[in-house]
Amino acid sequence: MPQASALRTTALNSVHRASGAKMVDFGGWDMPVQYSGIIDEHQAVRTGAGVFDVSHMGEIEIRGPEAATLVNFATTNNIRKLKIGQAHYSGLLYETGGFVDDILVHKVADDDYFLCVNASNQEKDFEHIRSLNRFDAQVELASDRYTQLAIQGPRAKATLQKLTPVDLGGIKYYWFADGVVAGTPARIAHTGYTGEDGFEIYVPPSESVRMWNEVLAAGREFGIKPCGLGARNTLRLEAKMALYGHEIDASITPLEADLAWIVKFDKGEFVGREALVRQQEAGVKRKLVGFEMRGRGIGRDGYEVYLDGAPAGWVTSGSPSPHLNKNIGLCYLPSGQAHPGVAIQIMIRNQPVDAVTVETPFYKRAK
Amino acid sequence: MYPENFRYTKEHEWVLVEGDTYTIGITDHAQQELGDIVYVDLPKPGTTLEQGKSLGSVESVKAVSDVYAPVSGEVTEINGILADAPEKLNEDPHGAAWLVKVKPSAPGELAGLMSAADYEAYIGAEK
Repeated sequence: MPQASALRTTALNSVHRASGAKMVDFGGWDMPVQYSGIIDEHQAVRTGAGVFDVSHMGEIEIRGPEAATLVNFATTNNIRKLKIGQAHYSGLLYETGGFVDDILVHKVADDDYFLCVNASNQEKDFEHIRSLNRFDAQVELASDRYTQLAIQGPRAKATLQKLTPVDLGGIKYYWFADGVVAGTPARIAHTGYTGEDGFEIYVPPSESVRMWNEVLAAGREFGIKPCGLGARNTLRLEAKMALYGHEIDASITPLEADLAWIVKFDKGEFVGREALVRQQEAGVKRKLVGFEMRGRGIGRDGYEVYLDGAPAGWVTSGSPSPHLNKNIGLCYLPSGQAHPGVAIQIMIRNQPVDAVTVETPFYKRAK
Repeated sequence: MYPENFRYTKEHEWVLVEGDTYTIGITDHAQQELGDIVYVDLPKPGTTLEQGKSLGSVESVKAVSDVYAPVSGEVTEINGILADAPEKLNEDPHGAAWLVKVKPSAPGELAGLMSAADYEAYIGAEK
C-alpha cells in the first residue's frame, strides 16, 4: 500500500482520519471510501441526507471577452444557451471524439465560466483547454482555492437552508447562486451526482473543517450522515451517471456512452465534432446499456459480456444496488443489442452468469 | 478483540481447534476491510482443502475476495446461515459467522499460523 504521504489530500483529510473513515487511494488521492458503511450511507442519501467531501474535484476558471468562445469550442454542449447563474453537464473531447473528461460548466457572467472537472483529470483538462486557447481568454486551474462539499438527499435543502440566507427554493435544478453559508462566501449549486435532490457548495479551503461540522450539525435533526466515495459510486450508478475511467474515457465517444444529449451539433465548430459526425454517418457500433443480474453474482467493472456464447462487450460499472436490492450494472454491447430485454451472460470468475439488459436509470427520484 | 485460542493467517483467516474439528472463519479486520458483505461462497461438504489454496470467496458491495484455506483437510460442515444472511459476517465474524468446519489432514500446519498477539501486531503494522 502506498504511504498516505505520497497521496494528495483534501483540507478535510485529518477530519476523515480522526472520525475513523476507511481511507483508500482514489486516483492518487487519499479519500474516505466509507464512514458507517456503504449501504447505510447510501440509504441516508436516498431517505434523509448525506454530506460528501468532494474537494478532490478540480475547478478551472475561464474569463475574458472571448471566454465563451473558448468554452464553446472546447466543449460539446451549447454554452450560448446558458443563462447567468445556470450550469450544464458537458463533454471535453479529443479530435477523435473520445473523452478528455466530463465536466460541469457554470456561467458566472458573460465573460466568466466556472468548470468543475474530475480530480485525476484536472491537470490534463487544464493543459488541453490551454492548448485550444487561441482566443482572448484567461484559463486558470483554481482547484486550490475551493473545498467542495456535496449535500445530497431529500433533506439536503432543509439542512443547507439552516446555514444560509439565500432562498434555496429559488435556485432551480442545475442553477447556482453566490452567497454566504455559515458566514462564509460560497458558491451554492443545485447539482449533484447521486440522482437525489441536493446541493454542491464551493467554499475557501480555510473554512473546510468548520463548514463540514456546521453542515453535520445542521443536518443532525434529519439524520444526516458523512458519506464516502463508496456510496457516491453506488448512488451515481443507480442514477446511471457516467464515471470517467469506467463508462467514458479517451476511447469512448458521447454517442456510444448514451450522452448524445450533451452534443449540440448545430452550435457550430467544436473539438471532436467532425469525428462524431463521421461516427454518426457510419453508424455507432457499440452503445452503453444497463443490466440486471438474473443469476447469482455481481457483474463487476471489466468483466466480459457474452451474447449467444460469444464475447460481445464489457461491464463498465457493476454493483449491488442498495436501494433496489438487485445487482445492477452498465455495459457496452453492439448497438443492435444495446436495448432493454436482451439476455446476456457475464463472465464472473470464469463462470457465465445470466443477466438481462434493462431500462435506465435504475433509480429515478419522485419529483 | 482477537480470541487467544484462535490461530491466524496473513490472509486474515482464523482457525479454532476443538479436538479433531477445525473451525475456519475470517477475522474482524477482514470484514472491516471488505465492508458490507453481500455474498459468501463456500465449498460443498466433502471438498478437500489444500493449505493456501482458495476455499471460497466473500463479496462485499465494493469487491470480491478469495478466502484461503489456513489448513489442509476435508470440509465436514458449512455454515448455512451465511447463504441467506451474509451480513452476519460483518456482525459476528469470530462467532456465529464461522465459514466451514474441517477434518484436518496435516495438523502440523497449525504451527505455522500466528497467535492472537502476533496477528494483532501484524495488522497493526499493515496499517
